Amino acid sequence: MEYISIFFQYVGQYLKTRLTYRADMIVEIFSDLLFQAVNLVFILVVFGHTNLLAGWSKDEMIFIYGFFLVPFSIFASFFNIWDFTDRYIVKGEMDRILTRPVHSLFQIVLERMELESLFGVVTGLVVMFYAGDKLGLEISWYDPFIFILLVIGGALVYAGIFIALATIGFWSDSRTDIMPMMYNIGNYGRYPVDIYNKVIKYVLTWILPFAFVGVYPSSYFLEREEWYTYAFLTPVVGIVFFLIAVTLWNVGVTKYRGAGN
Amino acid sequence: MGKYIEMIRIRFLMMLAYRTNYYSGILIYSINIGAYYFLWSAIYGGKENIQGLSITQMTTYIAVAWMARAFYFNNIDREIAMEIKEGKVAVEMVRPYPYLNMKMMQGLGEGIFRLLFFSVPGMIIVALVFPIELSTNASTWLLFFLSITFSFIINTQINLLAGIATFFLFNNDGLIRAKRVVIDLFSGLILPLSFYPMWAQNVMSYLPFQGISYIPSMIFTEGFKGSQIYEALLNQAIWSLLLIIPVYGLWILAKRQLVVQGG
Repeated sequence: MEYISIFFQYVGQYLKTRLTYRADMIVEIFSDLLFQAVNLVFILVVFGHTNLLAGWSKDEMIFIYGFFLVPFSIFASFFNIWDFTDRYIVKGEMDRILTRPVHSLFQIVLERMELESLFGVVTGLVVMFYAGDKLGLEISWYDPFIFILLVIGGALVYAGIFIALATIGFWSDSRTDIMPMMYNIGNYGRYPVDIYNKVIKYVLTWILPFAFVGVYPSSYFLEREEWYTYAFLTPVVGIVFFLIAVTLWNVGVTKYRGAGN
Repeated sequence: MGKYIEMIRIRFLMMLAYRTNYYSGILIYSINIGAYYFLWSAIYGGKENIQGLSITQMTTYIAVAWMARAFYFNNIDREIAMEIKEGKVAVEMVRPYPYLNMKMMQGLGEGIFRLLFFSVPGMIIVALVFPIELSTNASTWLLFFLSITFSFIINTQINLLAGIATFFLFNNDGLIRAKRVVIDLFSGLILPLSFYPMWAQNVMSYLPFQGISYIPSMIFTEGFKGSQIYEALLNQAIWSLLLIIPVYGLWILAKRQLVVQGG
């Protein structure tokens, strides 16, 4: 298909540009690792003062974090649209995108990809295997397939939320500063949702469903049967939110008027 | 002096034009503080206090740390990097005022705007919803404001350093991101430094980062008492002065090897 060949051409160009600034690329992978380390440090320091968090142990929390890293890294590699309004609407770059015969969102995904973030998938797997080993978890033959399904679901949840937020830019081109904070809220999906009160739990499940990127899917592997329904809803929620976001995007594009220069 | 006040004013007015969007920001900040609050309640799990902080003090700490962040936080590192990449920095350097001071003043304008239109209303909302304790002691407030002024200075100096590094790296998004992560962790924004193991606390006491978030938040929650407060403020003052040296040193080196990539 045409889109696939375009994708690989962009990847080729991307690698060329990245290799021009090699030092920066290394610093970037290093800063990703640092960021992941910070989150682990948070878990470790907190469990220096308590043994259980709402009935979940340290290793379980570490496992959830490891799982979270995989869909999150895939999202971070391809959906860098947190600065969409500034970059495409305010600067009028969207005009250029719209003159080309490929879906506008697809082009932005291609232009803004950051493949070095995929390194986080490796970190995530290492963390998961480490924690899983300590917990004595067993792997069945079908687990890898379920894992892939849940990861895709989680990545789509993230993509859906951020695309939907980016489309605000089509209606209002002023700055909102919501996006950086959203990354923060995304982190709360990694903690067992029963620690929150009803409102926040509801928000994290059905409105900004970040819990479907962390605690819900991980509970399948951690054999927490009370959460299985939610775990298997992950791909459904992912697809629904992604489709809503793309629909919003398609409507939004028709409202785009250009910023002028 | 007059020109600097003008720079602060212009940046303030620029931000004012977008003020309605800040109300959505307050909502998001409140959700963030709320989630943190429940997370910490679960961590405390009925314990009276951890490391000398009660759950109320902890909630206050989190709320004030995030609200103070709105004041000292700015993106001048990214702005400098952008101006260097686009070659605008050449024009900026011709202008009749020091480039670095101008950037700092713009950051201050932004900070004052956020303090008035974001932190103050945000803090009021958060205080209504969550059990936090605001000090009734005027001197605590005064010392807190003095302390966040130092926070702004230290954080801005570190931002300038990261921005100027673009002269040497050309593309330094990675460095800027790494810097942000280090500050979040070592400044005490996500965890009070007293929660870390002793050896880590020792390391951090030799770094400037605790002056960004930990010190003002501890002053505000009255986690610091008596002479501790003055020692902490002195620490901030010393770092504010000390950091001038690398900033100007790096700036002089950078000007010498300026390459304008286009413009």
